[in-house]
Amino acid sequence: MAKLKTAFLGKNRNCHLCLGLVIIAYIVIEVLMYTGSLKSLFINLLVPVTSYIIVALALNLVVGISGELSLGHAGFMSIGAFTGVIVSNVMATMISNDILRLVISIIVGAIVAAFFGFLISIPVLKLQGDYLAIVTLAFGQIIKSLINNTFLGFDSNGFHFSFITNTVTLGTGGKMLINGPIGATATDRISTFTVGVILLIITILIIFHFINSKYGRSVMATRDDRIAAQSVGINVVKTKTIAFVLSAGIAGAAGVLYGLNFSTLVPARFDFNQSILILVYVVLGGLGNMFGTIISTFILVLLPELLRFLADYRMLIYAIVLIVIMIVTNNPTINQFIKKIFRRKKAEGELNND
Amino acid sequence: MNLKKIFSTLAVASMLVACGGNDTSSGNSTFKIGVSGPLTGDNAVYGNAVKNAAELAVEEVNAKGGIQLEFKIEDDQADPEKSPTAYGTLKDWGMQIGLATVTSGAGAAVSQNYADDTTFAITPSASSTTVIYSDADNTQSYKYVYQMCFTDPNQGVASADYLKNHTDLGSKVAVIYKSDDNYSTGIYQKFMDEAKKVGLDVVSETSFDNSSATDFNVQLKDAQSKGADIVYLPIYYQPASLILTQANQMGYAPTFFGVDGMDGILTLDGFNTELAEGVYLLTPFSADAKDELTANFVKNYKERYGETPNQFAADAYDCIYAIYDALEAGKATPDMSNSDLADLLIKQFTSMTFDGITGSDVTWSESGEVSKSPKAVVIKDGAYVGVED
Repeated sequence: MAKLKTAFLGKNRNCHLCLGLVIIAYIVIEVLMYTGSLKSLFINLLVPVTSYIIVALALNLVVGISGELSLGHAGFMSIGAFTGVIVSNVMATMISNDILRLVISIIVGAIVAAFFGFLISIPVLKLQGDYLAIVTLAFGQIIKSLINNTFLGFDSNGFHFSFITNTVTLGTGGKMLINGPIGATATDRISTFTVGVILLIITILIIFHFINSKYGRSVMATRDDRIAAQSVGINVVKTKTIAFVLSAGIAGAAGVLYGLNFSTLVPARFDFNQSILILVYVVLGGLGNMFGTIISTFILVLLPELLRFLADYRMLIYAIVLIVIMIVTNNPTINQFIKKIFRRKKAEGELNND
Repeated sequence: MNLKKIFSTLAVASMLVACGGNDTSSGNSTFKIGVSGPLTGDNAVYGNAVKNAAELAVEEVNAKGGIQLEFKIEDDQADPEKSPTAYGTLKDWGMQIGLATVTSGAGAAVSQNYADDTTFAITPSASSTTVIYSDADNTQSYKYVYQMCFTDPNQGVASADYLKNHTDLGSKVAVIYKSDDNYSTGIYQKFMDEAKKVGLDVVSETSFDNSSATDFNVQLKDAQSKGADIVYLPIYYQPASLILTQANQMGYAPTFFGVDGMDGILTLDGFNTELAEGVYLLTPFSADAKDELTANFVKNYKERYGETPNQFAADAYDCIYAIYDALEAGKATPDMSNSDLADLLIKQFTSMTFDGITGSDVTWSESGEVSKSPKAVVIKDGAYVGVED
């Protein structure tokens, strides 16, 4: 029994914390929804927040654990999202169960995104230095431009495809899946918060199992000292590739969840800013710190919406809050001061106990 | 475990609960009208114009003493991801009738929400067909979303026809459009189709996207080298202002011809409006029109906000009055449910003929598309002046 528990939860304390946080948050939100006291503003935000948390966790696997910088995670999200939209639309007539359709879309989206991640990693991860950052930066832009110029339709005769100029003509009952810069429109919104949370839990389990596995330890050893890692026989390229492909796949799955939550999806949505935004969530949450990433993503996605009451000053205050968080979390004096306060209280408590 | 983080979690959780606590009831004596639009960011001129004009119209309506309206606008930064949350905020507020959104991309993302919640919406300026139709062939409409502005395809067709019939402006046309923008490509495609049909000579077609929206030398040089004397700009005013500035620096002076997105260029901060002199644009509204409705609106707007209203403001003003007319004709009461109200408004909108400042004898089809005629205006001495046909 104990063994089964370890197998499911992993040995890491952080993993338990993350899972605990997610499950408690889920229960609280579900109760609030059930009693009808959760505003529709937040109900609309639940799935995007979950997707962002998942993709931020995936990015932290690359940036924090593997020590490589990726600036193209929005690109993987985009691939996942549009693949998901295509799969979901094509299967709409075959599978009537929304949840099943969503799950299949997520799986296909994750596989396609992981495949692209693998393609990129072949040349790049063999190199040392910041090449992954440069290539993923370009990758994100390329994906955006490609989808922007793609016209893909589907009717009873199968797929119709054209590039740059729209020459797609569809038979009756046909549907444009990707309409160039207009993107995907009138998508069935089949993403649900529950599926999102289950995906998030699976993501946390996968990431912590990876970190605590042989490969995870190899990746971290490589991050800390590449030469030392090589000298003890670790296949540096292979371990880094596994981490990156895993991360790309998870980002793709998050993309599907995100894409199927909106009735319209434009390719320009997943631009460079989006990649940087995800990186901001990771950096403010702490490199390699999954628990921190979950909390920082949650706060930073919600904050602009919570600040709505400030009207015109909303984005101004948001920027200030970002800067304050950045300064506070990285300031040793403040950190020490906070620690001191808690330590003193603890010490006082111990004294009283005597 | 870091206590600081626990605290921050608790803080956010408590905020969530606190915000979720008070639901607004709709058992009051006013109709609540909501809209989301860009109040910050690149397209803020549009959102603020709609906000100003709608507030003005609501005050005028309320002063009449009959039907009482209440108006609220939420910021969506013209972002399709932000507009559903803005919609959520409006729904929490108790919105009964919507003006949907100000911009197209954001609008397409919430049309389904309005349909799902059976709430009636009429958008002042989200002109894309994707706002009212759920499929690419424009056959299935959302049924609950109506438009006050004419749709993008109509603008493209009307522009091409206008240029064909007014050869005094020039005969060789260059087009610069934004390739990753729903609005711009929509007009561009229809413009090209119509240009081919009527035999308009398009010598240069160039595009840009969000990441290259600061330097237009390549596009302008291409147009200049091919001898274009008209540059057609189916884009928003922000990039258009840069195009005008850079063309001026190059010493290239063709006739610039824009569509409704060009509106707002005169109120853009830091833009030298002298450069916009002689720019033509196709719009349903010109502030110098002599009829009483327009003159009153322009006078009141100027008095209150210190600037000449643009077409977005005019459309928003008309939206409020169209809703007012429909509510009065349908004898609606504020305690009606959203879906009853929507049924009543749809019935009125599809049957009534509306006279506003953006057109007279305006009618709507059952799909929500408006029928009115676009006019050409030219910028003279920093103001829009109607062009006689």
